[in-house]
Amino acid sequence: MWRLPWLRPALLLAPPLAWMVFVYLASLVLLLITAFWTIDTFTTNTVQAWNLDNFRIIVTDPTYQHIITRTVGIAALVTVTDIVLAFPLAYYMARVASRRVQTLLFAAVLLPLWASYLARLYAWILILNHSGVLNWGLQSIGLPAPNLGYTNTAMWIVFSYIWLPFMVIPTYAALERVPDSLLEAAADLGAKRWRAVRDIVLPLVLPGIVAGSIFTFSLTLGDYVTPILVGGAGSQFIGNVVYDNIGIANNVPFAAALSMVPIAIMAVYLLAAKRLGAFEAL
Amino acid sequence: MAFRIWAVLVLLFLFIPILIIFLYAFNQSNIESWPISGLSMRWFGSTWNDPDVRTALELSAKTAVSATALALVLGTCAALAIQRAAFFGRDAISFLFVLPLALPGIITGIALRAFFSFNGIELSIWTIVVGHTTFCIVVVYNNVLARLRRTQGSLIEAAMDLGAGPFRTFVDVTLPLISTSLVAGAMLAFALSFDEVIVTTFTAGAQNTLPIWIFSALRTGQHLPEVNVVVSFVILITIVPVVIAARLTGGSGVGRTQTAR
Repeated sequence: MWRLPWLRPALLLAPPLAWMVFVYLASLVLLLITAFWTIDTFTTNTVQAWNLDNFRIIVTDPTYQHIITRTVGIAALVTVTDIVLAFPLAYYMARVASRRVQTLLFAAVLLPLWASYLARLYAWILILNHSGVLNWGLQSIGLPAPNLGYTNTAMWIVFSYIWLPFMVIPTYAALERVPDSLLEAAADLGAKRWRAVRDIVLPLVLPGIVAGSIFTFSLTLGDYVTPILVGGAGSQFIGNVVYDNIGIANNVPFAAALSMVPIAIMAVYLLAAKRLGAFEAL
Repeated sequence: MAFRIWAVLVLLFLFIPILIIFLYAFNQSNIESWPISGLSMRWFGSTWNDPDVRTALELSAKTAVSATALALVLGTCAALAIQRAAFFGRDAISFLFVLPLALPGIITGIALRAFFSFNGIELSIWTIVVGHTTFCIVVVYNNVLARLRRTQGSLIEAAMDLGAGPFRTFVDVTLPLISTSLVAGAMLAFALSFDEVIVTTFTAGAQNTLPIWIFSALRTGQHLPEVNVVVSFVILITIVPVVIAARLTGGSGVGRTQTAR
């Protein structure tokens, strides 16, 4: 064993690596292959005949184009919303608050992230539904009830809420790394605070924001639970079609082909993010 | 000042929904409308006695414990191997471990589902465990690796120089050094598994884990008073291990894991 120094790491690495390669990577490769298969419409058994039919349907059928546009559109909207919500909070945490408050706020942002996804989603059902907190609150101060339950607006609010901490954390980390001296120099040269934020802080923090956006965008893109529970009629996401094709329709090849759409979008997104230096900010 | 007001508002936005859930768990009525009609503990008893909730809780606990145990062994092996040696492809291996959390859950779910059905494997608790283990390995791996990088290799070298074999060195020196990071990793893996719904729907057969039970209750709009209680319970059971993990790693482990998610 002493004569072969590579042997021990190799033995240690073998079980976890085998798990990831033979279970996980194998599954992903199989998914890619399945996308080119089809099903027998009578028996719903998978037929292993190579063809591009699934992809042709996805590209030509306007139903799927609507669904893809909706999914990507809401994912982008959620990302922008989270940037707007997160930046001032992260700025306050990193640059204004005392050390003690900073630690407290960091914990406060992280905690909801670990408090069950379904629980937080359910909280919003209780808030947004017809006899929920929001309608009651607005009506009691004399405003009309917005009835946001089961709409695309509800999905936008819920996604922005659930993924917000993913944006706050990398933005905060990037803001903390901005050197004080740069801001002092800007102040000495007569820049107002807002000007300094816009011209000095924002460009330096951009990689952190892009890093956060990877999560808010990717997680929204792949979700199907929120559209089922808070979206109304006509709020299907890519994930819902995939889910229905696995369960009810039992058309795994089509589901596999459709799941290539978020994978492709994320691949492009990740390449762009890498160019902007977001990977160093993760 | 403007930043402070904004920070307070965003924090309220983050926490008010969670407080509302806890309040609803004590709702007297079986109608989910605001304001709640009165406070009562009646749903705690009926939830505890619901056999469906019990079986789901049992399955969730079994799954989370099994997946955590597997992830603990595999993740620690990987961290020890990667830390010791600088070899070609190290970054690629790290990337592979992070992938199940970086890709949308639906991709991992459907890929594993295709894998199981292609190989003729019946869906059972074990297929759920395989899915959960796959995305829990990285949690343990990240925590142990971070700890190993901060500890001095000289301690391990000293043990070896003094004649301890590799096994003895591991048990007497390495293990105590990484023990808190192991506990932290295990806690986080447990919390992650206990709460998972997306991968689970694809890898579970007829069985219900607790999140699946909640999901189907919400879909059908049934047992909502019990959902309030179960959901409050799930929040507590996932937050407690995370707080413990944060204390053990000084907060760094929890943040890092989540940004890897």
